[in-house]
Amino acid sequence: MGEPKHKRHTDTSKWFALQYRYAPYLFVAPFVILFAAFGCWPIIKSLILSLHTTNGPKDVVFSGLSNFRFLLADPDFHKAVGNTAEYAFWSVFLQLPLSLGLAILLSQKWLRGREFLRLAFFSPHLLGTVFVGVLFSVIFIPQYGLLNKVLHAVAGVPLDTKWLANPSLVMPALVLTALWMYVGFNMIYFLAALQAVDRELYDAAQVDGANGWQTFLAVTMPGIKPVAIFVLVMSTIGSFQLFELPYTMLGNGPGPDKAGLTVVMYLYQSGFVTGDLGYASAIGWTLALGVLVISLIQMKLTGAWKGSA
Amino acid sequence: MEGERMMKQRPLVIAGRGIAYVVLIVGAAIALTPMLWLLAATTKGPDDLFHYTFFAPRFSWFNFQDLFTTIPFLRHMMNSIFIASTVVCVQLFFSSLAGFALAKYEFKGKKVVMVLMLATMMIPNQVIMAPLYELIYRMGLVDTYLGLIIPGAVSVFGIFLFRQSILQVPNELLDAGRIDGCSELRLYWDIVMPVSRPMVGAFCLISFMGNWNSFLWPQIILHHSDRFTLPIALNQMVGLYSQQYGTLMAGTFLSVLPVVVLFLLLQKEFVAGLTAGAVKG
Repeated sequence: MGEPKHKRHTDTSKWFALQYRYAPYLFVAPFVILFAAFGCWPIIKSLILSLHTTNGPKDVVFSGLSNFRFLLADPDFHKAVGNTAEYAFWSVFLQLPLSLGLAILLSQKWLRGREFLRLAFFSPHLLGTVFVGVLFSVIFIPQYGLLNKVLHAVAGVPLDTKWLANPSLVMPALVLTALWMYVGFNMIYFLAALQAVDRELYDAAQVDGANGWQTFLAVTMPGIKPVAIFVLVMSTIGSFQLFELPYTMLGNGPGPDKAGLTVVMYLYQSGFVTGDLGYASAIGWTLALGVLVISLIQMKLTGAWKGSA
Repeated sequence: MEGERMMKQRPLVIAGRGIAYVVLIVGAAIALTPMLWLLAATTKGPDDLFHYTFFAPRFSWFNFQDLFTTIPFLRHMMNSIFIASTVVCVQLFFSSLAGFALAKYEFKGKKVVMVLMLATMMIPNQVIMAPLYELIYRMGLVDTYLGLIIPGAVSVFGIFLFRQSILQVPNELLDAGRIDGCSELRLYWDIVMPVSRPMVGAFCLISFMGNWNSFLWPQIILHHSDRFTLPIALNQMVGLYSQQYGTLMAGTFLSVLPVVVLFLLLQKEFVAGLTAGAVKG
């Protein structure tokens, strides 16, 4: 990228050099201004707010670290963290292996109807969390709901199983819904990664007499490792931000015995229902810190910083 | 020898493939059934709704008629369309312009901007909700469309997406344009944007879906029910008309329809955009 060589006229060339020089500043300016005002400033402000007790946006009193001290002893917050962690656990250890399994099946050369199957598995994600929540709040109803009808016919589960009113069934209901919605979504990432693995490596493994499982460990896993780590970390971060599904499915609340209370739901309720924006900010920062630590541990354990990843 | 091994394994391979097909078909059925059920529920009158698991022998418009008379559904739909498309357009313009600058120019402060953007991507969105609400409140934008559109105009994800794709535009192409007397803005409009068209499609779809389904921020900002977007309106219906399941399902069906249609039209671009960051980066 040299200086423009266009020199027909001194005036135009001067203007030309000037606009060339300042163009990048002009191009990033709208974004940088908005980003500073609505991205960076609120982050700093939320740190400040987390040290205050507030009642709505007008009534703000400095209170030091008391928000955080209160949070650590707050049974509702413990409940929220426990629920969210349980949901995240199932997302990682149930959802992701299923996504990978489906992706491996779908990437087999002999498979017919691949396009259709891929679309079928992905399609639940198109509905969006709120609409899925509304849909499943009806699918889960006792007696008439689709799930109970199917489970009753297939496995003899009682028709009046109250998925969303029984505290011990709320989490399974959430996990099932999320499974339905996200398995195909994560599968898309794994499929893209599998397609990028060198075909010759599979041929070489076959010549060496490796069985399916050995091939999977020696060729597939190393080949998709960067994408697998990406999906693992993104899926964990997403799980910890769980809000819309339980909120819509449980009738705009935490559900029976607060079995569906999540960290973000608690943040929303503290900040925008109770009106304590300071406490909400403290919850937000605790969440951010927790998510950051967990992501770092995941990246360390999976060796994201070593080798090709 | 190779052939002999193949012969021995043949029945096993066929059995394995058979199991794989069964697993995939059952899985696909599980994925599609709730949507089929949703579609079926919208076509049944109140008496048939739970009497038949899927479609009833009689078709009924009842749910849709009820939907349009009980809530201003069209108004919510227009709100959603207006807000989502405005945010997408603003995001598209700012993100591609800044992405162009970050991909093809060296300038002071570039590193700082990049590092700041990466840092904010690490921080969950909910962290800034309380102070952002305070800011919007002070600007007098609570319960306005602008209160959704202005904070929504910033898309760090979009900038990275565009920077990545514009990096692949050859510099020679840009220099050739400069020799022909194109200003930098003309380069952006006449060369960079046309070349990045697949990414534009992908970004618009991903961003539109995100905004269409956006719930928490609109729920915080919008108070007056006339201004509600579809997710807020639908979610409120669950509480208010909890027994009118058919109406609720009709609303859900019409709410997801635009996104599904848009996706089917732009499917290829969507998958490319979704996986661009993960596979290349």
